[in-house]
Amino acid sequence: MSEAVASAAEAAHGGGGGEFIVEHVLNSDTLHLPFVGHVHLPHLKVFGIDVSITRHVVMMWAAALILFLLLLTLRRYRKTDLVPKGGLANALESIVTFVRDDIAIPNIGAHDAGRFLPFLLTAFFFILSCNLLGMVPYAATATGNINVTAALAICAFIAIQAGGILHNGFFGYFKGLIPHGLPWPLLPIMIPIEFIGLFTKPFALCIRLFANMTAGHIVILTMLGLIIILKNLYVAPVSVVFAVAVSLLELFVALIQAYIFTMLSSVFIGMAVHQEH
Amino acid sequence: MADLNLAHLAAGFGAGLVTLGAGLGIGKIASTAMDGTARQPEAAGDIRTSMIIAAALIEGIALFGQVVCILLVVLK
Repeated sequence: MSEAVASAAEAAHGGGGGEFIVEHVLNSDTLHLPFVGHVHLPHLKVFGIDVSITRHVVMMWAAALILFLLLLTLRRYRKTDLVPKGGLANALESIVTFVRDDIAIPNIGAHDAGRFLPFLLTAFFFILSCNLLGMVPYAATATGNINVTAALAICAFIAIQAGGILHNGFFGYFKGLIPHGLPWPLLPIMIPIEFIGLFTKPFALCIRLFANMTAGHIVILTMLGLIIILKNLYVAPVSVVFAVAVSLLELFVALIQAYIFTMLSSVFIGMAVHQEH
Repeated sequence: MADLNLAHLAAGFGAGLVTLGAGLGIGKIASTAMDGTARQPEAAGDIRTSMIIAAALIEGIALFGQVVCILLVVLK
């Protein structure tokens, strides 16, 4: 689907400055590395499913590797002192306690938050590192790919439904979707609304993250592309200053979107687990 | 076909309207947040957090509209 979007966008923009915006924002099967040049990534098919390694896949692997190495530093405190020493361990521990005390526990409750904390922490750290990795030169934003954010939203959906069903029982969960004491003529309206609402909330999570990441990068590339489109060198100071300002905003948005995704996931999990409104 | 040009025109109008809505909404949030902070400076941290959350949610909706506009331009 991404090739169709790429070719359609190229046809729509034509000459001028359109292609490089599309080329940087969409997924592709070549990596551009600083000294090595173009690296062609392999196309793989497993049982007819296309699992070729693309640029965004490599970015996700890089984010996972960075997180793995960073969080390894926290590991030795489990057995020895339980109190971290040193800047990096303290910083990571403060982020983890922030997710636990300000996101998970207020929304899910102290008793049940522990079961969902692995998912929330993984979502927060992975989205944050993917977003921040997109600001590095020569790298791409994996969360700017709607398939990646759809996968994250599906994981959130599974966490929400599993949490609700395991806590309230299968039929108790669906019965609890309807508010208590609702007058019966409203039932034919409320049941479809609540049922569709189960799906629209993770869908909104997906689109929000995808659009925020992609839109930011498109704005930066468009501002820099104005120099090329207008073919005028005097646009350059204004363009570059504006692109720097938007890049700083992008760093802020990267952090905010990771926080928003995790917070909304915890709010939905809390609503599913504790269904008394 | 005129349809493609109409789609581009609609996408342009749509993007502008969406940004207008988002700007008005987030402006209202920022205005009331500043009133609240001026009224009670000790609550500034909580108000700032709530303001950022509300702004991100409104921006999410604005970006839904933007994605629709992009789809208008990109799909045939």
